[in-house]
Amino acid sequence: MNLCVLSGKGGTGKTTVSVNLAVLLQANYYDCDVEEPNGFIFLKPGRVSAEDVTVDYPVIDNGKCTHCGLCAKACQYNALANTKKSVMLFPTLCHGCHACEIVCEPKAITYSRRPVGVVEQGDGYGVHCMRGVLNVGEHMAVPVIRELLKGLNPSKNNILDCAPGTSCNVVNTLRASDAALIVTEPTTFGLHDMSIAVELIKQMDIPFAVVVNKSRDDDTIIRRYCDDNGIALLGGIPYARKAAEAYSNGRLLSELPEYRQPYEQIADKLKEAFAWN
Amino acid sequence: MKIGISSTGVAAESLADPRFGRCSHFAIYDTADGSYRFIDNSAQSASGGAGIAAAQQMIDEDVEVILTGNMGPNAFNVIKGSEIKVYRVGSVSVEKAVQLFKEAKLEAISEAGAAHFGMGQGRGGF
Repeated sequence: MNLCVLSGKGGTGKTTVSVNLAVLLQANYYDCDVEEPNGFIFLKPGRVSAEDVTVDYPVIDNGKCTHCGLCAKACQYNALANTKKSVMLFPTLCHGCHACEIVCEPKAITYSRRPVGVVEQGDGYGVHCMRGVLNVGEHMAVPVIRELLKGLNPSKNNILDCAPGTSCNVVNTLRASDAALIVTEPTTFGLHDMSIAVELIKQMDIPFAVVVNKSRDDDTIIRRYCDDNGIALLGGIPYARKAAEAYSNGRLLSELPEYRQPYEQIADKLKEAFAWN
Repeated sequence: MKIGISSTGVAAESLADPRFGRCSHFAIYDTADGSYRFIDNSAQSASGGAGIAAAQQMIDEDVEVILTGNMGPNAFNVIKGSEIKVYRVGSVSVEKAVQLFKEAKLEAISEAGAAHFGMGQGRGGF
């Protein structure tokens, strides 16, 4: 069972909720927010091992190249330019589609591989933790996310801590998921961006539920939306300065007595809502 | 000789566009007969690599000179690999830009400006 934790809006608490649930449910943790993975700060896995993620890119043989420009025309991502003296490659824009290789008449293009990030793993709090880390300056996170998700253990429960938004990064994480948990906050922005995430999840036909983080006395804005749309609201995690301080120190909220109960309630309801292993 | 000018419109009186990769049109001025031709910047709405594609368009148009406000690092690298010269223009019309160039009053751009110039706050390190 793979549970995707997403939000739409950034900063609502995807990682906070993911790491605490992973510890309570003793599920594997996967940090899929490879542009800024931060789950390891809380789970503190030891003896972390890393493996490179590599992608295809074209290598141009200047001896064979006739500077005809067909490759640059074929590239949908503007990764190639033909200056008529040479063909220039902008590797971070290349999607590795091989179109340039196919159209090259003098067969001057071959493909090689270059590193764009790493997949790391280790154990912390009894949880097997994995994360993808995209190298600084790289544009495309999906190859790293896909490589990370190859490590999903099908016989275990896996929590997939998503990137914010509803981009390709989120879509690719959702594709690997059996269920989704939306973490939102009781603000207009939280609701607005959550509603976009809801549209995406519905299109992908994945069962989902909602939790409210930074919950105040009045969560009406989120409750009303969930009621009107028939969405299960599993609970709220109270807003408090103490929680922010613990978070800032890289501590798990479920270690604070007053946060144990809300997290346990959400964990119990998750077990009822979805088919756990 | 042909001169490419990043333009906000399709007339010689149009304002030159300070952006290169994301300008709406390019004016192609021909010094041989003093004529203007206006083409769409096919890269304007590209999801990425707009500067590269715009530079490619200029190379394909056989221009020898580009007049624009700012050129990002990728486009600049492409242009550097060709024999095209780039000059900076301010907030003037396309025809005025050409006139200033002919009078040798424009400064050559010798290094790339910020990436994503003119794409809104927070995108280009401004």
